[in-house]
Amino acid sequence: MRSDHEIRAPMALKIAAACGLLFMHVPILLIFVYAFTTEDKTFQWPPPGYTLKWFAVAWNRPDVWSALQLSLKVASISTIVAMVLGTLCAAAVSRSKFFGREAISLLVILPIALPGIITGIALRSAFNIADIPFSVWTIVLGHATFCVVVVYNNAVARFRRLSGSLVEASMDLGANGFQTFRHVVLPNIATSLMAGGMLAFALSFDEVIVTTLTAGQQATLPIWMLEELVRPRQRPVTNVVAMIVVLVTFLPILAAYYLTRDGDQVAGQGK
Amino acid sequence: MNNSANDRRGAVISAGFGLAGQISDVFWRKPVILLLLMLTPPLLWLGVVYIGSLLALLAQSFFSIDEFSGLINYHLTLKTYGELLNPANLDIILRTVLMAAIVTLASVIVAFPVAFYAARYARGRWKALFYLGVMLPLWSSYLVKIYAWKLILAKEGILNWFFELTHLKWLLDAYLAIPLIGGNSLSVSYTGTFLVFLYVWLPFMVLPMQAALERVPANFLEASSDLGATPWQTFRNVLLPLALPGVIAGSIFTFSLTLGDYIIPQIIGSSRLFIGQAVYSHQGTAGNIPLAAAFTVVPVVIMGFYLWMAKRKGAFDAL
Repeated sequence: MRSDHEIRAPMALKIAAACGLLFMHVPILLIFVYAFTTEDKTFQWPPPGYTLKWFAVAWNRPDVWSALQLSLKVASISTIVAMVLGTLCAAAVSRSKFFGREAISLLVILPIALPGIITGIALRSAFNIADIPFSVWTIVLGHATFCVVVVYNNAVARFRRLSGSLVEASMDLGANGFQTFRHVVLPNIATSLMAGGMLAFALSFDEVIVTTLTAGQQATLPIWMLEELVRPRQRPVTNVVAMIVVLVTFLPILAAYYLTRDGDQVAGQGK
Repeated sequence: MNNSANDRRGAVISAGFGLAGQISDVFWRKPVILLLLMLTPPLLWLGVVYIGSLLALLAQSFFSIDEFSGLINYHLTLKTYGELLNPANLDIILRTVLMAAIVTLASVIVAFPVAFYAARYARGRWKALFYLGVMLPLWSSYLVKIYAWKLILAKEGILNWFFELTHLKWLLDAYLAIPLIGGNSLSVSYTGTFLVFLYVWLPFMVLPMQAALERVPANFLEASSDLGATPWQTFRNVLLPLALPGVIAGSIFTFSLTLGDYIIPQIIGSSRLFIGQAVYSHQGTAGNIPLAAAFTVVPVVIMGFYLWMAKRKGAFDAL
């Protein structure tokens, strides 16, 4: 029925789509070039020469390492918290209908739907009122709050596809609730949980708007970057760190994509 | 129905050995307990801690600050909201909303070809490429993306180099001479701020648009052209109305994210404030939490209205 002519895109559309994609990617690729430049005072283009020495300089910077360490710590704890809370929420919402079910979905989405600065200021003023000093845990509190939604989104989609008869069959065959969870439910939702967890990790690792308000004097890697953006002191080191951050965040995204590729493509919808 | 359920439980209970078995039996007999156990931790976290902080913030917007002592006056008043209507503050709100609207409009225009091509023409490997091509910029670091634009817009950066290479420097200079959107250089002009906003939020527009466009049956478009419509008429009367929910869904992101951002205009742009910056500076150095809190109510109200409109247009199915 369908001739070749019909599915070929008009040239103008092809060009416009290609330009759109280029617009989204070229700026990031530029960072990769700048990481190797020999110029260290300005952002001169084209770079006068190429060198690897800034990688060594960045490697020997204790402030970069401690910022990275804090970021990894916060992202790991937040991811674990978000995975537990998000899975519990998704399981509750998808397995039964109860009063206020819609309200719970809304509650989970709210931290993402509201501008980050509102979440940040609200938490900061709450810490002030309750006299809680800034620590790793105040950062985690903020991060886990908005990470729940990505785990929840992934898990809810999978729970919906998980047929109830599987659970019933397991129970009929004599497994108790825990055994059913361990041997039937968990293997079925594992990949979506992994995907949700990775996205949560990427989200937390990169977060800066809420973090500046809940971190106090501590510097996560994004806060370190922000300082450099506002008051540039070490441009070459910043270039290298920026490139590494891009590479580090790409890995979990690619992994999450491959984990959910065959199923529903919910991974990462709505950051 | 209840009876048969009880019978079934009777058969299952015999399997319950040990503590784990007993607990699981309780959950089976009284699902409400399990439901409550599952809901308590997330509700404590999100419902009590998070919503509690939001409400505390809202409450503070009804306090005011004493101009002389700089201390917060804990009497309920609408004075702080009155301050929002100062010409200076009104200016900030207007500027932010205008920027959000322009960014949203521009991202619809740039995102459409990408979303349409991905939804209608891309197949197999190309489809995956388009999906990742949108996903990777969406998830790559927000600060790195801003940093990339700082490199691009810098005086000695690639954009100026390009204009000089093509001998079009006069064009850029003429553009920068235009009042309001121009400035000393792109990196301190509204145009620069706009470009970065557009760049950073664009993927948020592409994804819901693509989801909506994928639901438009291809034969609708063929039928339209068979009936003699020009491509523009097909676009205007068939494609656009059907894609509108996706456009609105995407615009929720671009609009809301622009309203609340305070880092992009701080790094690339003129020194004139946006709502997010105003909130940040009032709570920080100025210590004027009531005014900061009142400012945060503005985007919430605007977004509430926006979401209400979007819901009426059925945009949530495309999310």
